[in-house]
Amino acid sequence: MTEAYIYDALRTPRGRGKATGSLHATKPVSLVVGLIDELRKRNPSLDQDRIEDVVLGCVSPIGDQGGDIAKTAAIAAGLPDHVGGVQLNRFCASGLEAVNQAGQRVRSGFEDLIVAGGVESMSRVPMASDGGAWAMDPETNFKTSFVPQGIGADLIATLEGFSREDVDAYALESQTRAAKSWADGAFERSIVPVVDRNGLVVLDHDEHVRETTLEGLSGLKPSFAGIGEMGGFDAVALQKYHWVEAINHVHHPGNSSGIVDGAALVLLGTEEAGKQNGLTPRARIVATAVSGADPTIMLTGPTPACEKVLAKAGMTVDDIDLLEINEAFAAVPMKLMKDLGFPHERTNVAGGAIALGHPLGATGAMLVGTMVDELERRDLRRAIVTLCIGGGMGVATIIERV
Amino acid sequence: MSENMFRWEADGDGIVTLTMDDPTASANTMSAKWGEDFAETLKRLEAEKDSITGVVLTSAKKTFFAGGNLDDLVKYTKADAQKVFDQSQEIKGLLRRLETLGKPVVSAINGAALGGGLEIALATHHRIALDAKGSKIGLPEVTLGLLPGGGGVVRVVRLLGLADGLMNVLLQGQQRAPKAALEAGLVHEVVDTPDELISRAKQWVKDNPGAVQPWDEKGYKIPGGTPSTPKFAANLPAFPANLRKQLKNAPMPAPYLIMDAAVEGSQVDIDNAAKIESRYFAELACGQVSTNMTRAFFFDLQAINKGASRPDGYEKHSARKVVVLGAGMMGAGIAYSCAMAGLEVVLKDVALANAEKGKDYSKKILDKAVSRGKSTQEKADEVLARITPTEKPEDAAGADLVIEAVFESPDLKKKVFNEILPHLAPDAVLGSNTSTLPITDLATGVDRPEDFVGLHFFSPVDKMPLLEIIKGEKTSDATLAKAIDIALQIKKTPIVVSDSRGFFTSRVIGTFINEAVAMLGEGAAPSSIEQAGSQAGYPAPPLQLMDELTLTLPQHIREETRKGVEAAGGTWVGHPSDAIVDRMVELGRKGRSSGAGFYEYDESGKRTRLWPGLSEEFGAAQGDLPFEDMQERMLFAEALETVKCFDEGVLHTIADANIGSIMGIGYPAWTGGVAQYIDGYPGGLPGFVERARILAKAYGDRFQPPASLVEKAEKGQSLRGE
Repeated sequence: MTEAYIYDALRTPRGRGKATGSLHATKPVSLVVGLIDELRKRNPSLDQDRIEDVVLGCVSPIGDQGGDIAKTAAIAAGLPDHVGGVQLNRFCASGLEAVNQAGQRVRSGFEDLIVAGGVESMSRVPMASDGGAWAMDPETNFKTSFVPQGIGADLIATLEGFSREDVDAYALESQTRAAKSWADGAFERSIVPVVDRNGLVVLDHDEHVRETTLEGLSGLKPSFAGIGEMGGFDAVALQKYHWVEAINHVHHPGNSSGIVDGAALVLLGTEEAGKQNGLTPRARIVATAVSGADPTIMLTGPTPACEKVLAKAGMTVDDIDLLEINEAFAAVPMKLMKDLGFPHERTNVAGGAIALGHPLGATGAMLVGTMVDELERRDLRRAIVTLCIGGGMGVATIIERV
Repeated sequence: MSENMFRWEADGDGIVTLTMDDPTASANTMSAKWGEDFAETLKRLEAEKDSITGVVLTSAKKTFFAGGNLDDLVKYTKADAQKVFDQSQEIKGLLRRLETLGKPVVSAINGAALGGGLEIALATHHRIALDAKGSKIGLPEVTLGLLPGGGGVVRVVRLLGLADGLMNVLLQGQQRAPKAALEAGLVHEVVDTPDELISRAKQWVKDNPGAVQPWDEKGYKIPGGTPSTPKFAANLPAFPANLRKQLKNAPMPAPYLIMDAAVEGSQVDIDNAAKIESRYFAELACGQVSTNMTRAFFFDLQAINKGASRPDGYEKHSARKVVVLGAGMMGAGIAYSCAMAGLEVVLKDVALANAEKGKDYSKKILDKAVSRGKSTQEKADEVLARITPTEKPEDAAGADLVIEAVFESPDLKKKVFNEILPHLAPDAVLGSNTSTLPITDLATGVDRPEDFVGLHFFSPVDKMPLLEIIKGEKTSDATLAKAIDIALQIKKTPIVVSDSRGFFTSRVIGTFINEAVAMLGEGAAPSSIEQAGSQAGYPAPPLQLMDELTLTLPQHIREETRKGVEAAGGTWVGHPSDAIVDRMVELGRKGRSSGAGFYEYDESGKRTRLWPGLSEEFGAAQGDLPFEDMQERMLFAEALETVKCFDEGVLHTIADANIGSIMGIGYPAWTGGVAQYIDGYPGGLPGFVERARILAKAYGDRFQPPASLVEKAEKGQSLRGE
C-alpha cells in the first residue's frame, strides 16, 4: 500500500482579525504566496514541476478569497502552469479536509505530490459574508433548526454541566500553554513570518495571545445571551432539546476561539516522490474520517469522528499520544476529552485557538503542523487532529511520526 | 352570459369608473364570475386605451371587496394543487395587466378591503379609502392558515419592505381602520365622504397621467433591502428563529410559508415572485391546517354568531339593567363587559368597599385605553357612570338580568339569589357564572328555575370572548334564547351546552392538565412536558397553567366528582395524575397563589424556574417518552372527552365544540377546534380511532375510543357528519 507522508508543514503567524490586526493590510493571496515561496526555499531539492495540485481550504471564498484562490495563488507564486489549484470548503475543518483529501489522493496512488492547506483573512472577508441557504433562506433555516454556533456551544456546556468557572479555567490554561509554547520556541519550525514586498517583517508572532487571569475572564459578558434571547435562537434550540429548561450562556470572547488572519501549507507525497525530491518524511497519515451529529447543537461532531477514525485505524485511544481539538469554544474540547476519556495533559498541549486564534479555512492545516512538531519535540508517536464543524460535522485524522 | 359585474361608466374627461357589483351576492368575492368579468373588462380597457384617461375602481356594495371564496378554499386537498396554482397565477396575471395598463388606475375603497380586496387595490397605482364606519383594511389570510395568494405577499414586500411588510401586515394579518391603514402605508389617502372619494380619485387620475407602480420605476429597490444587502442579511437568520419563538413551534405552516414566499420573492423579478407565491399558496390552500382554521374561524364562528343554537320563535331580547353579584375578579370583569355594551350595571357585594374595588377594575382598563388613545375620557366616564357599586339588594330594583359570580358554594349561591329575587323584574334572567356546579341543582334554590341559566364567563372576562351558556334541566327555551341574545349584546361568543359536572369546557380542560401531570410520574422531564404542550400549540404550558389554576381546585373537583359518581352507583376510576397532585398539595406546593407549585416563584410572585425537586419527588428524568406521544396524549385526551360530551348530550353542535375549545380553554387554533381535530387527523376519523387505540395500549384505557366514535369510523364517517 502506498503511504501518504507529510514532508513539511508551514504556517503564517496569526494576526488579529480586525482592521487593527497586523495582517489586515496583507491580501489573503499574498499570505499563501509567501508560504509557497518559503516552501521552495526550505526544500531546495524540491522539483516544483513534480507538484500536481494545490488544495486550499477557505470558508468565505468571496471577494479577496473568491474565484479559486488556490489556483490564483499557484499562478501568482509562479508555480508551473500544469500545477492545479482547488479551493474547498468544509467550514472550520477546511484546512484539515485539504490535508486529508491530498493524503487520500496520494495514498490511492493516483497522485504523488500535493500541496495542501488553507487560508482565511477574517479581517478582510468577514465570517458568514458568503451567505448561504442554511442561515439565510428562511425555509431551510426553519427546517434545519438553525442556530448560531455559540448557542450550540452554550447548550453543550449546559448539557454537560460545565460551569462558567470550568470553561474559564480551560481558557486560562490554553493561554498559559500558548505562551509557554512561544517561550519554548515550540512553533519555530513551522512559523514563517509574513513580510511585505520589500522583505520587511509584517508579523512574526501570533498576536492574539494575551496575558490572562481568571478574574479578567470572569468579568467578560456572555456573547450569546443577547442573540439567544432577542434573535429567538435559544427558543429554537430548546424546542429541540426540550428536556433542557434554559441555556446557560457561558461562552464569551475570552473562552472562545479568536478571530484572526492566517494561512498554512502541508506538503504531502508518496515515499517515492519524497526520495526523488530529496525530502525526509516527518509523519504519515494513518487514517481519516468525516462524521457528524445534530446540526443544531452543531459542535458535537468530533466525538463520532474520532471514534470512527480510531475504528478505521484499528486503534483505541490508548494508542494515541496527543489529542489536538480545535478550541472553537471551551466546551468543545472539554466535551471531547470527557467523551473519549482523554486527559487534559495530553490534549492541546501547545495551547489552542482560544489563545492563538482560528483562521477558519487554515486552522486544520495549522493543527496538523503543530502535531507533527509536538510529536517530534516530545518524541511521541501518534496524534489525532480533529475539529468541530458547521452543520454538525466532525473531521478527524490520525498522524504517526515516522 | 350574465351582466358584467364591473359596471363601466366613462365621464367627459375620459375617466372610466369601474364599479364592482356582483349580482349574485351581498359582497364581491373572487368568484369564477369575478375572474371572467375582470378578464373581459381588462380586454376592453386595453382595446379602448387610447381614448381613456384613467380608471377608478370602486364597489357598489357596502364593502369594497370581501376576498377569496372560502367555500371553495376550505374543500381543497392535495389533489387540487395544480388547479389552485393555476387560479392563483391567473388572478395575478390579470392584476399585473391592470397595473401595467399604461393609464393611471385608482382604487376608491368605499368599505372593507380585506384579503383579495386589498390585493386588488395593491395592483392599482393609488389607493384612497373612505373613512367608513367599520371599514377594515388588511390581509388576514394568515388567521385562516392561508397566505395572500393574489399578489399580496409580492406587492406588500415591494411596497413596505420585508421587515415592515412581514411584521405589520402579513404575519399577523392585522385588520386596520382606514386611518390606521394610511399610517401603515397601505393606502395613500383617507377621505370622509363618498363624494370626495370619487372626486379625489378622478383628480388623481388627471394629475398623474404617467402613473406607474413604484416597482416598475427604473432603479427601484425594495425598501430596507433584501438578502443580498449586507445590512439586511445580517439580521435575516433571526427572522425564522424569532417567528418560531413566537409560535412556539406549533404546527402552523402559514406564517413560515408567508415568510418564505416574501424573502424568496424579494430575490427575483415580480413575475417570478408571483410564481413563488402561488406555489406556497397552493401548498397552504390544499393543506389540512387551512381547512381546519377556515372551518373554525370562519364557518363555525359565523354559525355561532348568527345564533345557530338559539331556539326559534322568540323575539330578540336585549337586557337593560344587570345585577352582578360578587365583585371579585370575575364579577368585576363581567360588570365591565356589560357596561361597555351599554347596560346599566349594579355591582353588588357584601360590603360596599368590595363593590367599589370591583368597579375600580373597569376604571383601570378604561384609563389604560384612554392613555393609549384607544378611547376618550368622555367615553370612559360614560361607561364608568353606568356601574353602581353597592351592598344593598334594593339597588337591583327592576333589573332584568342577574349574573351571580360569588364563591363556588351551592349554599352561598342560593342565598344570594334569594336575597336579590324580590327586587328584580318578574321575568329577569337568572344567570350563574359557575364553572363547575350543576345548574339544575343551583336552580332548585329559586322559585322560577325555568328562568335560571348558567352563564360561564372566562377569565379575564374583558379579554376572553367566550360565554358558555348552560341549560339546566328546567331552563326554558325562552330563557336560552334570551341568554344567547344577551351574550351577543355584550359582544361575547356564545356556545350552548347541557348541564353536567364541569359542563363542556371545565371538564375537557381537566383531561389535558391531568394527562400532562401524569407524564411526570412516567419519567418525563418537566420541561419536556411544557414544551410538548407549547409545541402542540397550547397557549400556556400545562404545568404552568396548573400552577395558575391552583392544584387544590382540580383536587376539589375530583373529590366532588368522585362523590357524585359513587352516589349515582357508578365506579370511580382514578387518573394517574391524582397521586402527583395530592403529593404536591401535601408538600404545600399548591400553585402560584401559594408561592410554590410545579414552578418556583420569587417574593414578587414572578415565576423563576421549574422546581428542581420534581425529579426527586416523581422520578422525572430525561424523557424516554416519545415527544410526539406526549403532544398527542394532550390533544387526544381532550378530543376523547369531547366525544363523551356529545355522547352524553352535553354538547349539541360541532361549532360549539370547536369554538368553545379554542376560545375558552386554549385548544390549539391550528386544529380548528377539538372536534375538527378528530376529523382533520391524518386518515380522518378512522385514523384518529386507530391512533387512539395505540395510545390506549401504551398509556391506559382512558384512550380507548368511545363506541360512538368506533361506529362512525367503521362507517367511514366524520364527526361533523360529512
